[in-house]
Amino acid sequence: MSELDSLRSEIMASLEAAINLDDLERIRVSVLGKTGKITGLMKDLGRLEGNERKQVGLALNTLKQDVLKAIERKKIAFVDSELEDKLANEKVDVSLPVRPEYEGYIHPISQTIDEVIAILGEFGLCVSEGPDIEDDWHNFTALNIPPDHPARQEHDTFYLPGQGEDDRLVLRTHTSPVQIRTMMHSKPPIRIIVPGRTYRCDYDATHSPMFHQVEGLVVDKNTHMGHLKGCLIDFCRAFFGVDDLPVRFRPSYFPFTEPSAEVDIGCTRTGGEFRIGHGDDWLEILGCGMVNEKVLQNCNINPQEFQGFAFGMGVERLAMLKYGISDLRTFYESDLRWLRHYGFSSLEMPSMVRGI
Amino acid sequence: MKFTLQWLKEHLDTSACLDDIVERLTMIGLEVDKVHDRSRDLKDFVVGKVLETQNHPDADRLHICQVDIGTEKVEVVCGAPNVRKGMLGVFAPSGSYIPGTGILLKPTKIRGVLSNGMLLSEREVNISDDHDGIIELVENFAPGTSAAEAMGLSESVIEIEITPNRGDCLGVRGVARDLAASGIGILKQLDTTPVKGKFRSPIRVNLDLKKSYENACPFFVGRFIREVKNIESPNWLKDKLIAVGLRPISSLVDITNLMTLDLNRPLHVFDAANLKGDLQVRISKSGEKFLALDGKEYELDSSMTVIADDNGPKALGGIIGGADSGCNNDSKDVFIESAYFNPIRTARTGRKLNILSDARYRFERTVDPKFLVHGMEIATRLILEICGGKPSELVFAGEEPKWERKIKLRLHRIENFGGIKLKASIVKEILSALGFDFKEIKENKESLLQVHVPSWRPDIVGEACLVEEVIRIYGYDKIPAVSMESVNNLPSPALNLDQRRCFLARRRLAGRGLTEVVTYSFICNKHASLFGGGLESLKLINPISSDLDYLRPSLLPNLITAVGRNFDRGSDVVSIFEIGPRFTGDKPEDQDIVVAGVRFDQSGGRHWSGVHQPVDVFDVKADALDILGGAGVSVEKVEAIAEAPSWYHPGHSGLLRLGPKQVIAHFGEIHPGVLQEFGVKGIVYGFEVFLDSLPVKKDKKSKARPHIELSQYQAVKRDFAFVVDEDVTAEQALRAVRGADKKLITDVSLFDVFRGGELDVGKKSLAVTVVFQPKDKTLTDAEIDSLAEKIVVNVKKITGGLLRG
Repeated sequence: MSELDSLRSEIMASLEAAINLDDLERIRVSVLGKTGKITGLMKDLGRLEGNERKQVGLALNTLKQDVLKAIERKKIAFVDSELEDKLANEKVDVSLPVRPEYEGYIHPISQTIDEVIAILGEFGLCVSEGPDIEDDWHNFTALNIPPDHPARQEHDTFYLPGQGEDDRLVLRTHTSPVQIRTMMHSKPPIRIIVPGRTYRCDYDATHSPMFHQVEGLVVDKNTHMGHLKGCLIDFCRAFFGVDDLPVRFRPSYFPFTEPSAEVDIGCTRTGGEFRIGHGDDWLEILGCGMVNEKVLQNCNINPQEFQGFAFGMGVERLAMLKYGISDLRTFYESDLRWLRHYGFSSLEMPSMVRGI
Repeated sequence: MKFTLQWLKEHLDTSACLDDIVERLTMIGLEVDKVHDRSRDLKDFVVGKVLETQNHPDADRLHICQVDIGTEKVEVVCGAPNVRKGMLGVFAPSGSYIPGTGILLKPTKIRGVLSNGMLLSEREVNISDDHDGIIELVENFAPGTSAAEAMGLSESVIEIEITPNRGDCLGVRGVARDLAASGIGILKQLDTTPVKGKFRSPIRVNLDLKKSYENACPFFVGRFIREVKNIESPNWLKDKLIAVGLRPISSLVDITNLMTLDLNRPLHVFDAANLKGDLQVRISKSGEKFLALDGKEYELDSSMTVIADDNGPKALGGIIGGADSGCNNDSKDVFIESAYFNPIRTARTGRKLNILSDARYRFERTVDPKFLVHGMEIATRLILEICGGKPSELVFAGEEPKWERKIKLRLHRIENFGGIKLKASIVKEILSALGFDFKEIKENKESLLQVHVPSWRPDIVGEACLVEEVIRIYGYDKIPAVSMESVNNLPSPALNLDQRRCFLARRRLAGRGLTEVVTYSFICNKHASLFGGGLESLKLINPISSDLDYLRPSLLPNLITAVGRNFDRGSDVVSIFEIGPRFTGDKPEDQDIVVAGVRFDQSGGRHWSGVHQPVDVFDVKADALDILGGAGVSVEKVEAIAEAPSWYHPGHSGLLRLGPKQVIAHFGEIHPGVLQEFGVKGIVYGFEVFLDSLPVKKDKKSKARPHIELSQYQAVKRDFAFVVDEDVTAEQALRAVRGADKKLITDVSLFDVFRGGELDVGKKSLAVTVVFQPKDKTLTDAEIDSLAEKIVVNVKKITGGLLRG
C-alpha cells in the first residue's frame, strides 16, 4: 500500500508543479494514458487474488478519481489565469476622450415662449397665432389707432406695397392683431396667448427690426382689473421663480386698452450686481389694460355684455432679464458659441409640474 | 416734458418733498423718466473772475488768464474768443469731472504753459450745444460762488414722459392739476384777468376757410401791441428756460416758450413791421413756397393751414412761424396769435413736411379749445411787464369751438370693471379735483353720475375712461389682486395639434444634435431670388437696410449665411435649424411654417478611434423623416423622388411627398453654385419640412392604440440580391419586396448596393434581408420557399429586376 501512497504523492506533486495546460496534459497521459502509471497498475490487478485484488482495485480507483479531480481543478485554474492574463493585456486607456457627440440646443426665445405658455396655460389660456403680414385695419384701426393717431408714429412700421399707396400692407408691429382675428371668429369666453414675430423699423443697441412678443387676451362677462392684477402678479412670480416678487402697476396709455397700465417688477442694482426681487428699484416688463370697448365693438362683441383684459410683453426682454443676456442683437446672430452658452437642452421642457 | 420743483410749486401748493412728488407722478401715470440733479453735476464748479489776460507766447489764439476763484488765484490757459479781463465765468478746477465731454480734468501743459483748470462753455457744462465761447455770467457774483447757483441750475429738474392721450399735461399746470387731484397739494388759482385794450388793432384776421375746411382753424384770437422793447429776458425767465434745456433768445420768444411749457398754450408773435395788410387763415395752395424760422424753405400742398398776409404765408398754423415775420431785437409793434388748429391736419402737415416743433407736438395732441383768450391775456400781461408797450383790444375771428361732452358713469362699474369698491364720495372728490363737473341722476332706478368732461381732456370719451381716471388717481396699487377664475379645474392643453407638431419638431431636432437659431424674416434680393423668391409684393418699402428688404421665400439662406459665419469663427461642424415663417405672397394664406436645417462638417472626422463618417444626404433625409414621424406621418407612405428645387444639387437631393401634389419636404446637398453666392466653402446639406402641408391630424377622442399581436413563432430571415436597372430606385425595389406578402413580411432592410464586377453596365445589385413573421404557426421549408418565390416574381413584375445568380 505504501507503494500507492508514494505514487499518489508523486503524482500530486507533479500536478502541483505543472505550469500550464500542456504540462497538465502530459502528466495526465503519463498517469492515466494507455501506458500510464495508474493504467499499468490497473492492468496488473488481474494478477492479484481475491481480497487483495478487491482492496487494491478500490484504492487504485480512488486514486484515479482523485487525480482526475485534481487535474480538473488545475485545468480550471489554468483557464482562469490564462483569461486573466489575456484580459490584462487588453487594457485600454479609459481616460481617452469619447467620440464627438453634437448636442443641440433650444434657442432662448423658444424656451422663454414655452415657459410663458406653460404658466399661462395653467389659467386656461390657449395659444393662438396669426400672419406676420397684416393689413392696416387689423394692425391699427381695429385696435383703436386711427390713421392720424400720434401712437401710430411711435410704431416705426415696415410697409409692403399691397394694392397701392392707400392700401399698403404692414409687417405687424405687435401681436395684438391676433386679438382682433380671434375675436372676429370666436365668441367669448376667450382666453388666448399669442406668441410671435413682430417688426419695427428701428435698429440700434436696444432695438431690433424683428423681435418677439407674447400677447394675452381674456374676455368674458366678469373679468376686471383685479383679475388682470392677479393674473400678471401670479405670472411674474412664477416666471422669475421669486415667490414674493414685488409687482407694481402704473397707469399708462395704450389706444387698445382703457384703463391701461404698465407693470414693473422689483429689482436691485446694489454693488453693480443686477438681481430680480426685493430691492430699491423697479423694472418695466409689460403693458396691459382692460380691452377698450371700441376694440370690442370693432370685433362685433357687445361691450355692455362682455369685458376683459389684454397684455403684451417682449419675449427677448423677458429672456434677457431672466437669463442675464445683455445684448439684444446677439439673439439673431446664430453664433454657436452663444447658443451653446444661453441655449437649453431639448429635454428641459418647461411645465409647472417639473418647473419653469 | 421737463420742469423744476420750484416751477411746479408755482401752480401747486404743497409741502411734499421731491421724492414723494416723483413717486406720486409715476403712480398716477405721469411716468418720471429722470430726475436731473444739476447741482450734483456742477458741484465742483465755481464762479471765477478773470483778473488779467495776456497772449500765450507760443499760440495766437490762446490766452493766459489769472482767475480769482475765491479761495485763491490760479493760472488758466483759455482758447475762447470771448475771454476778457473782468468777466465772470464758470471755473472747473483740476480733478473735476466735465459732464459735457466726459473728461476728468488734470493739470495740463498747453504749449508749455501749465493750466490749472479751465473756464467752461455751455456744452462742457451740458446745458446746451454752444461751444463758441465760454459762459459769461451777467449778474454779479462773488468769485467762488457755486456755479449751479449762479447759473440758476441749483434746482432739480424732473423729466416725465407724457403718453399721447395726455396733451393737457404738456404744460406744468396740467401736471400740477393731476398731482393736486391725487391729494398731494392744492392747485393754485390762475390769474386770467383781462387786460384792457387801449385801441383797435390795425391788423384784422379773416378765416378764409371753405365749408369742408372750417375745422382747420375754427377760432383765432389776436392782439396788437405797440411800442414794445424786445430786450433780453429777466433772469427769472431765463433761468426757468435754461433749467429745462431751452436757450433764452429774446423776451418775446421766451414768453411764448414759457406759455407753451407752463400752460400748454402755444402762441406766435409776428413783427407787425413785416406784415402787409390783414392776416388770412387759409388752406395753402399747391406749390406755394414758405420760408420757415428754421431757415428751410418748404413747398406746400393744397391741404395745409397757413396764416398769410398780402404777400403770402407767414406761418404754418400750429407748426412753425415764418423766417421773415418773426420778431427780433428791433421789433417794436407786434401782433400776437392765440389760435386753435385742428389736431389731425396739424399732424398730417407736420408729417408731410417733416417738421418737429413744440407747437406741432401740442396741437396734434389737442390743446384746450377754451383757453385761447385766457392764454392771450396772461401772455399780454407778461409782455407788458417785461417789454412794455400798449395793448390793443382783442381781435377775434371765428368762434370758440363748442365743447360739451357728457358721459354717464355707473358707480358699480368702478368695482365691476375697475376691480375696486369705492364710496361715491371718493369718486366724486377725485372727479371734481380733476376738473370734471357732474350731477347725480337716476336711470332705470340706478343712480348714475352724469359727468361733464372739461375742455382740456378730449381723451375722455367713455365710461371706461372715467373709471380709469378714478382708479388712476386713487391708486392702482390699492386694487386688490384676484387670481384668475379657472374655467375648468384642470385647464385644457394650451397647444393645438399643429402647434404641438412645431414644439415636437424643435425638441426632436435639438435631440438629434442640431442647434436652434432665430433669424430675420427678411433677406436681400439676391438670396431671395436664389430660393425662388424676390416677388415685388414682398419687397419692403422702407427696409432698415438694402440687404434686408425682401421677405424670405425660404429659411435656408439665413442658415447658410450662419454656417459661413460660424465657420469663420472657428466652428468646423455646424448643425443648425430654424422653425419659422416663409412667405410666398402677401396674403395670410401665403405664409407657412417651415422647419429647416443645415448640416456642415469640415472637421475631416479625425478622431483617435478612427475617422468617423462625414455628413451626407442621408443625414438630412433622416432629419426630415424624423420630424415627419414625430408629426404623426406614416413614414412608410412617404415617397422620396429626385425632384428637389433648383437650390439643391440636382443629383444629391430629393423631395418627400405623400402624393404627386403633396410635397412635404426637401432635402439634399445645397447646390455648389448657390453656396458660392454665399461665399461658403465646403459642402452644406439642408432640409426643409413644410409642417402646414402635412395632413391635418385628427384629434381622436380615444387615445387607445390598436391591439398588438406578439407572435410566439420563430421569425425567419432570408437574404436576396436583385440585379435591377440603374434607374430603378431603392424605394421601388423595397416596395416590390414588401408588397409580395404584406402579412408575413414584417421587415425589409437593404444592406448592400453593388455596381461593377460581373454586372453589366447600367445595372446594379440591391441586397436585402427580409423577415418573415408567421402569426399562427411555424413556417415550413416549403412555405418559406414559396414566399421567396413570390418576392422574386413581384420584384421582376414591378422593377424588371432578377435574382442575382
